[in-house]
Amino acid sequence: MVLKVFFPSCCSSADSGILIGRWLSEQSSAVVLAVVHFPFIPVQVKQYLGEVQHLTKVSLSVLGSWSNSKQEKEEGLSEFLEDLGTIFSHEPWIQISKEGDSKFWSCSTLQKHSSSPKEEEVILVYYDQRKVMLSHLHPPLDTGDGRAEDASKLSAIFDTVARSRVLFMTDRYDEGPIKLTHWQSEGVEASIIVELLKQTSVPACMLLTFLLSLVSGICRSRVLKFWPLSFLWSKLSTCEQLGHRLQHLQVISSNKKAQTQTQLMRKANIFVSLLIDVALGILLMSWLYRKNRIGHLADTLIPVADHVAEELQDLLQWLMGAPAGLKMNRALDQVLGRFFLYHIHLWISYIHLMSPFIEMILWYVGLSACLGLTVALCILSDIIALLTFHIYCFYVYGARLYCLKIYGLSSLWRLFRGKKWNVLRQRVDSCSYDLDQLFIGTLLFTILLFLLPTTALYYLVFTLLRLLVVIVQGLIHLLVDLIDSLPLYSLILRLCRSYRLAAGVKFRVLEQQDGKPLRLLMQINPLSYGAVVQTYRLPTYSCYPKDSWASLCKKLFLGELIYPWKHKGEKQD
Amino acid sequence: MAEEQRFRSACGAPIALRRRQHSASCRELAVRGPRLQLRSLSAATSAVWLAAYGLFALSENSVVLSAAIFISLIGLIIYLHFVKIDQESLLVIGSLGIQVTSSYASGKESTTFIEMGQVKDVVINEAIHMQKVIYYLCILLQDPEDPQGVSEVVPLFQSSKPRLDCLIEVYKSCQEILEQRKTAPQSSGIK
Repeated sequence: MVLKVFFPSCCSSADSGILIGRWLSEQSSAVVLAVVHFPFIPVQVKQYLGEVQHLTKVSLSVLGSWSNSKQEKEEGLSEFLEDLGTIFSHEPWIQISKEGDSKFWSCSTLQKHSSSPKEEEVILVYYDQRKVMLSHLHPPLDTGDGRAEDASKLSAIFDTVARSRVLFMTDRYDEGPIKLTHWQSEGVEASIIVELLKQTSVPACMLLTFLLSLVSGICRSRVLKFWPLSFLWSKLSTCEQLGHRLQHLQVISSNKKAQTQTQLMRKANIFVSLLIDVALGILLMSWLYRKNRIGHLADTLIPVADHVAEELQDLLQWLMGAPAGLKMNRALDQVLGRFFLYHIHLWISYIHLMSPFIEMILWYVGLSACLGLTVALCILSDIIALLTFHIYCFYVYGARLYCLKIYGLSSLWRLFRGKKWNVLRQRVDSCSYDLDQLFIGTLLFTILLFLLPTTALYYLVFTLLRLLVVIVQGLIHLLVDLIDSLPLYSLILRLCRSYRLAAGVKFRVLEQQDGKPLRLLMQINPLSYGAVVQTYRLPTYSCYPKDSWASLCKKLFLGELIYPWKHKGEKQD
Repeated sequence: MAEEQRFRSACGAPIALRRRQHSASCRELAVRGPRLQLRSLSAATSAVWLAAYGLFALSENSVVLSAAIFISLIGLIIYLHFVKIDQESLLVIGSLGIQVTSSYASGKESTTFIEMGQVKDVVINEAIHMQKVIYYLCILLQDPEDPQGVSEVVPLFQSSKPRLDCLIEVYKSCQEILEQRKTAPQSSGIK
């Protein structure tokens, strides 16, 4: 099999020494992690390797020798390097040598126990150690942990470098018997800001946990569980959103460190999403409260409500006349029309009653926009729901009336044909009716049938209005969900440090020379933006849409009430 | 060593196949399609701008003109960056894997690397495309559970669509390297 040597590009200019790393025999590849320089004592090297192996659980060993001669090749050195092969017994013993500044290195292997003495081909693959260490491979299939042998070969290499972090902690300023060269050997990287953040995060988390426990204790208190209040809380989407954000805060402020990469990314995504949300909310708030825009908004609210009510009245007058040229049943028309008109009149009176307090209420409610843009949008959606409450009422009245009519019609139609619905057997059975039953049934059937167009028209008009309001609310909720679930931290990471999220690798063939091993450069192939969003999406609390199109149409036809945007966890009707 | 041969694509456009042998177990095969012609570019731009001028003459609104310029610029950028593929190449490295690269006209390269352990075979398949039957080269991926099964089929050279003669050359080159992994003796070291 072809021998593959993964060589870190940072060690290309290192002084001569021996190579330490991991040998993957099933792939016949050697992953070089560092170069140990002369002088060293072999016993100490083996001891050091044993210690590192104990810490990292990665089986490290001495793989071969590396000679970087600035002048001509020294004869004694090559024999010395071969003798090293007998001290650190490793099959096969890899010898890489570089002459001067030449790009083309020669690589040979020594096999003592091989059955076939033929010269096997060597491929030299350069890799950037820091990027491979920090990168996280995203395999398309998530096989279980039991299939480690079938795991991709590349993930074994990434795994080796990532778990050998301890090896990279010793730099050349450390006073130890072993002198290493790896990507951090010029000095261990550290950032003051990161250290400060780590120190302050612990007390901040504890404070946040304490505050959150207080808040959730208040929320769970018995006072708020009484029937009218709990019904109100469940209907308002603002409370749902606040509860969702509270959950997010609890996730961030938990004391447990994130175990896996996925948990860490989730925490980071939630944190950045909350930050951006609050920032946008404060921006919105500052825009609203400048130049008394809240006052303007409150002033325009009442005229808008009046305007909507007037439009509804015009619509009802139109329906009470001859709408679209259709001839309605005069009496029923007048009854329904007058009933709805009176309803609108009541609604307008209530709105006018509330008008002095609107500005104050709006002012205080607008303050809650500092909790986040999503909360502000939810409040907007709730205000729309409250303002169009009369449309909702009309829809319910029209739907119930229509539903009753349809059920009555279907039952009387069965009677007309001499059949009956068997509740026990859940099927239609034939039944012999008395003459007076048939007479009354047919009479009622005729009445209901001829009154159907009027009721159907009212139902149609109010259903359309209700659907319009539902669509507007749905769009707002869609926007809220988008802000909630977008993994901003992952997207920014993909933009700025694309090597952290790897979909795979790509190889580039470097200049070749005959007789020298094949030189390849291994680079990280970053994940596409769509895959990033799909992998790291935050879960949301709503599911859309609950019904398929067919069942929605069926419900509309039968007059059953529709609730297209249902939240997860709500009791089904 | 590099050699270039001229072939035709399934629609009749001229394409070029370039083969490079980097080492005994590494080969690169690149199929280059026709470049973007200045003729077609100027024809498309003039058509859009003439239509915009016509609309401007009708509506006397200068927004139409700026919108036409904007649309043609954005359209050109999107076409060059996402649609027009200049070159598709296949890099076969025995015992490592197969790498498929598509280079777009704007310089963007999209790469996929398939490890050798996942590759079952490289074959030429037939497909019905619109009103024609065309041949295409594809990589069969191994199903991890079933040794005889195929989990996925990855088609190659989808935008240049070479004809059978070109595909046979590519197929022969690939198979020479793939055969090496079957005949290679398991002489890995014991450690």
